This record gives sequence, structure tokens and C-alpha cells, in this order.
Amino acid sequence: MSTEVQSAPTVSGSRRARRTTSARTSVGYLFVAPFLLMFAGLFILPLVYAAYLSLFTERLIGGKAFAGFANYSRALGDDRLIGGIVRVAQFFAFQVPIMLLLALLAALAIDSGLLRYSKVFRLGIFLPYAVPSVVATLMWGYLYGRDFGPIGQVTEAFGLGKPDLLGPNVAFGSMANVVTWEFTGYNMIIIYAALRAIPTDLYEAAAVDGANAWRIAWHIKIPAIRPALMLCLIFSVIGSFQLFAEPQLLQRLAPSVIDSAYTPNLYAYTLAFTGQEVNYAAAVSFLLGLVIVIASYAVLFVTSRGSRRA
Amino acid sequence: MHSDPRSMLPRRAVLTVAGVVTASLVLAACSGGSDSSDTAAAGPKTVSQAEVDKAMTTPTELTFWSWVPRIEKEVALFQAKYPAIKIKVVNAGAGQPEYTKLRTALKAGTGAPDVAQIEFQFIPTFSLTKSLVDLRPYGADAVKDKFVDWTWGQVTGRGGEVWGYPQDTGPMGMLYRKDIFDKYNIDLPTTWDEFAAASKKLHAAAPDINFTNLAPNNNGVWMGLVWQAGGRPFKNTAADAVSVSVNDEISKKVGAYWDGLVKDGSVSTDPDFTDAWFQGLARGKYAAWITAAWGPLFLTGSAKGSSGKWRAAPLPQWDASKPASGNWGGSTSAVISGTKNPIAAAKFAEFINTDPESTKLFTTDQFFFPATKALLADSSFTQQKPAFYGGQAVNEVFAKVSDTVDTTFAWPPFADQAGTDWNETVGKSFTAKGDVGAALDDWQKRVTDYATNQGFKVSQK
Repeated sequence: MSTEVQSAPTVSGSRRARRTTSARTSVGYLFVAPFLLMFAGLFILPLVYAAYLSLFTERLIGGKAFAGFANYSRALGDDRLIGGIVRVAQFFAFQVPIMLLLALLAALAIDSGLLRYSKVFRLGIFLPYAVPSVVATLMWGYLYGRDFGPIGQVTEAFGLGKPDLLGPNVAFGSMANVVTWEFTGYNMIIIYAALRAIPTDLYEAAAVDGANAWRIAWHIKIPAIRPALMLCLIFSVIGSFQLFAEPQLLQRLAPSVIDSAYTPNLYAYTLAFTGQEVNYAAAVSFLLGLVIVIASYAVLFVTSRGSRRA
Repeated sequence: MHSDPRSMLPRRAVLTVAGVVTASLVLAACSGGSDSSDTAAAGPKTVSQAEVDKAMTTPTELTFWSWVPRIEKEVALFQAKYPAIKIKVVNAGAGQPEYTKLRTALKAGTGAPDVAQIEFQFIPTFSLTKSLVDLRPYGADAVKDKFVDWTWGQVTGRGGEVWGYPQDTGPMGMLYRKDIFDKYNIDLPTTWDEFAAASKKLHAAAPDINFTNLAPNNNGVWMGLVWQAGGRPFKNTAADAVSVSVNDEISKKVGAYWDGLVKDGSVSTDPDFTDAWFQGLARGKYAAWITAAWGPLFLTGSAKGSSGKWRAAPLPQWDASKPASGNWGGSTSAVISGTKNPIAAAKFAEFINTDPESTKLFTTDQFFFPATKALLADSSFTQQKPAFYGGQAVNEVFAKVSDTVDTTFAWPPFADQAGTDWNETVGKSFTAKGDVGAALDDWQKRVTDYATNQGFKVSQK
């Protein structure tokens, strides 16, 4: 998109042309007006309102008062919020590599042309993404059920006992499993689309040089789809830090493991709708947004340094 | 949220599960402080009969939020009598989801209903924010005697205000599997000591069966058990002051008691109203369910396969000579501040909860446990003998329990927060087999911190 915007002025070099450009530009704004209106009304405005809210406190007794940055300083020292942020960071570090590796392998396999029913596989792996995450979590919650869930029944049949898949140390991994199940297909499609865009003459050249399928994958395909992988990674940073539906629903099944501050979003929700601390929740949400921006940049920075070295 | 299970009703098990899930998120806690009614005499001015007559014959539309299934039937009775008033029924969610919407609408200043279903434990939460209309000017005192005394205590404010009309109740009792008791030779426990002994005996004989389950996500049950034991964890001492004593001796006694049973493994700590819990009830994983008066019919719908095996009994007692119980669940109809037609709204709330035909319909169609004295004494209600309970007159058991519920129990003005905090302290320690006494102290601290932060003057008795 940015390239098109930049190329416009070069086309219209002369003064006369510039006038037409400005006319054309204003027509352009007209075309994007519906989007801009929605964007302002549904995104910018609520954001501004939340920022405004975060500067006040409203207490059950005593009412509303301007608080400056008091909500933010409280949030910076809030162990429950920090604990939640650390947890989603761990979640990112643990779950995302597994998910992206699976997605990459699946995309390479389908792209290799060696699979017989590649369309079926492609659709099959993508399908979980079409299942709303609420439904997916409810379904997995049932599968995880200790007494009557199918997983427990199978392990018991093999004499392994009934594992508590939502127990204190396991719930984290069980949740990572749900998220992986949901989003592997989505990432696979992005990677697969990038693979399809690689010119086939590169493969032919490699074949002429005697490269086998593994070498082609490692030396041509993976470097070529690097931008797609970066995109997946950034989406995953955002997704991990904003985890909400999964912990909120699993909380019902494991209330003693997944508390109301398990993830920062869940914490903000609880603050606003259980504790009626709307203003503090707004401040927490803003700080979370800031953390996501920083984390995204950090991930970009680390990975791009890695690539330069390579 | 306890109440939701009941209201959603048995027959549609699947729906019930979903509804209950939301419901139970809410968790509990409490309602209204009924402490002192000395100031009640100085109530606001009553509206005249002429004003009432005028309001009831002027064409009016009222909005009524309720999650009671088929409430339209009771509404139809009202509209037959007052054809000028049109009632629009909206199901805005069961329990917490409704409260969230209600708060949002009240904040926005538009979209709030005229009348809403509010659970007992949330009356102080909403009266604190001045969201409810005092019903005394609209004839509340005239119908006071129709309601069971403790239910009236639950809707009465600190200054004698009446914040809603009781719709249904949940005095607590116990449902148990007679077949399991018989098989393992267990006598029905009448005291908590006997209960503990029976629990250990059953667990020794049948390790797969838990004598009962104590849900770590259900503050409502806990509050009911403390209520029964004589605890008064919350007190609304002034408009801006609250007394919090959730870790007093009585709570610690109740905590230590259950802690013992959980640690010896005879009582499980599964979250309730989940798939696994429903399965457990239906398949005999639990020999008893500590529940409320709405439990018998709820169970009839959700554990059909175990029909004929269950019986009802009062809760075991701490002191057998002074039988007591608590309440878990139940709702009111409250008039919401900002209504343009307070008279019609108040009369509607009064009608559906006091009219003999309407209240009767609640017990026969929605299977509510009644809040009115007349129905609790009505033999057509108490003498029902469902086959699910082997022909036992279960309603009679609970009607007697209702007489033993203390009238002075009060809920804090931040019920949802207190309930969530309980889950994460006391409930959590039951699951983790931790130190329940220390968890109660944590709960005390979290509630106190929250209340202080919200501007309350907090005291501890």
C-alpha cells in the first residue's frame, strides 16, 4: 500500500498535474470516507474515551474525581497485573514456536506436491480456525474433563489413571494446546500462500544444481517466506498478550487455577464488570496496549538482527 | 448465581448447563442488609389510591427484565386485570450478564427497564448505587405480611426501605442418595458431627464415591452454610460504612470443618454446574448434595436416570436443639430508578409476587420455591409427592426448613467482588488442600482493601 501512495506524486510531476492530483485526492477521501467514519467512530473515539476515563477515579462512595496518572501508577505496582503479563509472555514463548513450527511443516508438506489429497489436508488443518474460539474452548473443556472426558477414559483404559488436565501445573499447557489447535491452520494458510508466490524457476535451477527437496525447503522456501513468518509472529504476539476467551471459559472448569487475573485482558474485564472499577480497567488496558507495542518491536528487532547475522 | 440454576429449569438440560455456567460465574453474595428497621416509621409519603387508580388505567408501557422461563404467563395474568398497562418482557441474561447490562444502561441514562429481576444477594449492591426505587410509597407495607419473614428481611434496607418483592427462595437442605446410604449402611446424619462420621465411613467403604461435593467456585453455598452456623460476615452499618468479618470464629469453624473432610478425601471439590459435575450427580459420584429448596426440581431435570433414588432432608445441625438453615438463591422483582411510571411498575412487581394465581403459577409452572406464607401452608404445594423422591413430600421438608432461616443475615454492597475474591482465596485453598484459616484471612484482607479503596469506612466486629 505504501508504495502506491509514494508513487502517485512522481506520476504527476507538473504543476497542472498537481492540481488534478489534489482534486483526485479529495475524491479519494470521499471513497475512503465510509471506512474513515467507521474507523473514527468505532476505534478512535472509544480509544479517546477510554483514555479520558483512565484519568479519573469513580468510587462507590464519594463519586467521580480527576486522578491524573494515579490509575497508571497503581497499575505499575499491581502484582496481579504484572503476574498476568508475565504469564502471557511465557505463553508466547512456549506456545508460539510450537504453533508456527507445526504451521510451517504443514504448509511445506502441502506445497511439496508429494501429498495425495493436499486439498483435504489444507482444509482439514484450516477448519479449526473456522470454529469460534468460544466453541473450541467449550469443546476442549469437555475433552479435558477428568471424570467423564474421553481423554481420561482412554488413559485409564491403559492403566495410566485419570490425569487432571486442568490441574495447577497442567492447565497452562492445556490452554496452549487449545490455542495451537485453533490457530495452526490460520498461520499455515498465510505461509502456504507465501510459498505459492515463489517463482518456480528457482526450484528448477535448484534441481539442476542437484538440490533435493529438503535443501530446497531450507535454502529457498524458508528464506523466501520470511516476511510471511514475521507477519505470523507479530499476529501471535498480539494474540498471546490479548488472550481472553480461552481462560475466561476454562475458568469455570478450573476456578482455583485460572483466577480473574490469569491474563491481563481477563483482569481488565473483571475489574470493569465485577469490581466496577471502570477507570482503573481503562488504565490497565492502555498499559497492556503499550506492552504489546513494545513486545512487537522487541520481537521484530531480535528477529531482524538474527537475519542480518545470517 | 445460584439462583440461575433454578430458574433455568430442569427440562432443557443443555440450555441449563449453558445458563448455569454464566450464572455461576457470578457467584454470590449478598444482599441486603436488613439490620435495623427502627427508622422505618419515618418512611416517605404514600401515594393516594386515586393516584394509583389513575396510573393503572392510563395506557402505559413497562419494560420488565427477567430470566425466568415462561414468565409471560404471570405477566398475562397482570395484563388481564390491568389492560391499560402493557408489559414488554426482555430476557437480558441470567444473573451477572443482566446486572452488567443493567449497570451499563443506568450509567448511560437510557435503556434501563422499569422492573428487573434481582437476586437477593445483589439488593444492597444495587441499592447502594441508588438504582432501585423504595417501594414503601406504593403500598409495600400493606403486603409485608404475605411474605415469609426472612425474605422480607432480605429486601429491607438499612433505613427500612423496601427494595423489591421476593419472587422465590432457596432455604437450604440436603438431597441424598438413599440407595447408596442403604447399601453402605449409613444413617441419615442430623448433626454435622454425624455427617463427618458418615462421610469418612462411606469413603472408607467406597473410595470412588464422595459423600458430597464442596464447590470451590460457589460462594453462595458457603454463605448459606455460614448463615446456618450463625455467622454474620457482613453488616451495612451506615450509608458509607460496612462491617466485614468474613474470617471470624464462626467462619473459621465452618472452614476447618470442611477442610477436614476435603483433606481426608471424602468430600470432593469439583466446580459445580459444569458438565463433569452434572455427570457426577447423575451417576452417583456424590452421595449427597447440599442444596436449596429449588434443588429437588432442578435435579429431577438434570439427573433423570437416578429417579426414585433420592430423598430430601434438612441440613445437618451444629446444635440439634436449635435447628437452623441458610438461604441459597432466590430472586426479587425490583423497580429500577429512572422509571417514568413508578406507580404502575411497583404495582406490577407487587402483583406478580402476591397475587394468589400468579404466585401459584410460579410453583406449578416454573417450580419455584415460594416466598409467600400462604403457599408454604398450602397443602396442594407441600403435599406433592414426586416419584423422583420415592413419593416423599419434599416441598414439606423445605417448607419446614424455611421457618428456621434467620432473618438478619445481610449481604455486602459489592456482592460480585466479594464472591470473586472468595473463589480466589477460600475456594482455591479447598481445592489446593491448603490452609483454609489463612485463606479466610486473605479473603478478609481483599474485601477490606477493595471496600476501603471504594471509599467505604470499613470496620470489623
